[in-house]
Amino acid sequence: MHSELNQQDLLSLHENMVLIRRSEERLSRLFGDGEVPGFLHLSVGQEAVPVGICAALQAMDTVASTHRGHGHALAKGVDLRGFFAEILGREEGLCRGRGGSIHVADLRVGMLGANGIVGGGLPIALGSALAHQVRRSGGVAVAFFGDGAMAEGVLHECLNLASLWKLPLIFACENNGWSEFSPLNRQFAAQLGALGNAFGIPAAQVDGSDVEAVRAAATRIVALARRGDGPQILECKTFRWRGHYEGDPQKYRDAGDLAEARSRDPLVVSEARIVATGISVDRIRTLEHAVEARIEAAVEAARLGREPDYAAAAADVYTQVAGGAHG
Amino acid sequence: MAETRYGMAINRALADAMQADASVILFGEDVGAPGGPFAVTRGLQAKFGPERVRDTPISEATIAGAAVGAALGGLKPVVEIMFMDFVTLAMDALVNQAAKAHFMFGGQCSVPMVVRTPHGGGLNAGPQHSQCLEAWFAHVPGLKVVVPSNPADAYALLRTAIADPDPVVFVENKALYSMKGELADAPQPVAIGCASIAQSGSDATIVVYGASVAAALKAAAFLAAEGIAAEVIDLRSIQPWDERAVLESVAKTRRLIIAHEAVTAFGVGAEIAARISELAFGDLAAPVLRVGADFMPIPFARSLERAYLPGEADITAAVRRSLNWKRDTD
Repeated sequence: MHSELNQQDLLSLHENMVLIRRSEERLSRLFGDGEVPGFLHLSVGQEAVPVGICAALQAMDTVASTHRGHGHALAKGVDLRGFFAEILGREEGLCRGRGGSIHVADLRVGMLGANGIVGGGLPIALGSALAHQVRRSGGVAVAFFGDGAMAEGVLHECLNLASLWKLPLIFACENNGWSEFSPLNRQFAAQLGALGNAFGIPAAQVDGSDVEAVRAAATRIVALARRGDGPQILECKTFRWRGHYEGDPQKYRDAGDLAEARSRDPLVVSEARIVATGISVDRIRTLEHAVEARIEAAVEAARLGREPDYAAAAADVYTQVAGGAHG
Repeated sequence: MAETRYGMAINRALADAMQADASVILFGEDVGAPGGPFAVTRGLQAKFGPERVRDTPISEATIAGAAVGAALGGLKPVVEIMFMDFVTLAMDALVNQAAKAHFMFGGQCSVPMVVRTPHGGGLNAGPQHSQCLEAWFAHVPGLKVVVPSNPADAYALLRTAIADPDPVVFVENKALYSMKGELADAPQPVAIGCASIAQSGSDATIVVYGASVAAALKAAAFLAAEGIAAEVIDLRSIQPWDERAVLESVAKTRRLIIAHEAVTAFGVGAEIAARISELAFGDLAAPVLRVGADFMPIPFARSLERAYLPGEADITAAVRRSLNWKRDTD
């Protein structure tokens, strides 16, 4: 298996995917044990998309995410301890325990938030791209969205406006074939590429289980957006292994569909490519164990975290500024 | 000091804010080259260029959502929703995103954006171009809502709103755009949440905002001829609203009437009435009364709209009813 990347790059991509996979597997167990409040939407099987795309980004670039956003957050480089502490509802969490899994955000690294509203991140990413353009920051914004958001009107508005204004915006579609409990062919009558064409936005498709392919495609289109060519679409064909949410028995999927999903494991694809460059499986395992140790340390720290402070939350509905309301 | 129309005071506030701060940008439907449907943004694109004053397509959800993203990206966007009725199309961005980002992300960020939008009837614009929906936004933690009643306040509050770190819904009134008033050469700032006493009086308190201030002043003048001294409080902001100013007035007058053009049911008046009843029940000599629109969509025909819109006569009647309360219950 040939690769354009050097061994270190391949290992780094693999490591980031392992970080997402193991983090979500750990979250799944924590959820099962009752340690994670609320809902949990996992992206197991889709790791190559956020890792491949974020590998093409710079620190100043921004991403807006979805309800299935753990991968985007971790790939953009949010603090791991803050990540787990947030999802476990702790004061030490990235959002001080006020957002949870579907609102993980870390503005310091350009992660503008997971989002509880399907399609909700799209215009936010567009506005972020507008800020990059007006401020001449040289940055680009990425709107991650699933195939479920293709039926949302706001996507169509955003394609139009991004094209009109030639914004440095990447429409990164994670097409896992399922809009919550319903298959794509019952949800969307068009094709994303054709939709892009209608708005004059170049659209590329890529195997979303192949992190190197995603990275290569993203690198190419991010460069185009960054140099002022306007918005770009990247549709990543990927697979959702688990239910819409943890606890979803997925009775709407048959065994063949689930088997197909698992047949394209981005970690297996990545590992085979790394091994083909001469790196030993042992070395990969060592790397994976180091990731697992980091995760375990983050989980332990989160468990020891404080309950969020209600009074502090109540005082933070608005930005706290010096001086009173009466000026 | 110069006489200025309400719409032009807003125009000047936008221009002055853009002049003072390069991060202030405007976008919305027809706000650029056309200057807006009510000419409020006229000339601004010519002055500040098409990058900072942008015409958008008719895409309210994206206008509002893009403002959130732009605000998170270091800009201070001021966007226009052409009629307040159209905010229905922008609600996700305003209610789920803008209002919550500061809180929901643990205080990591603020969302310094302003949504300008005109409400109000009187133009026979019909059920989908006349509504006063400000109570919806006042109900959402994280949003601020201001409703200026005159050119000077429109200028000052818009400057304050643009400088504010949090999202502000800036509600204009279509019927007020041509209203004339004095605007200082160097206007004093007005804080959000700070009411003004539009007229002092000792017999009854009339709490109003926006276009209802003028109606209340007319009612007060009418009552003054009968020897009744009504105090008119212009709230200016409804989220937060100036509870202290209302309490102080009610302590003096012992009677409270809240009037607005919006539908009475579940409205701003309901909140204020409940709050004052909780805090100052002992001060009240009569029940708190509300004046507002009937619970029906705003009708189109001249006669229907005239009958629908609450005005000075309704306010006058409510004040009398409050003053006569004891006699009614004897």
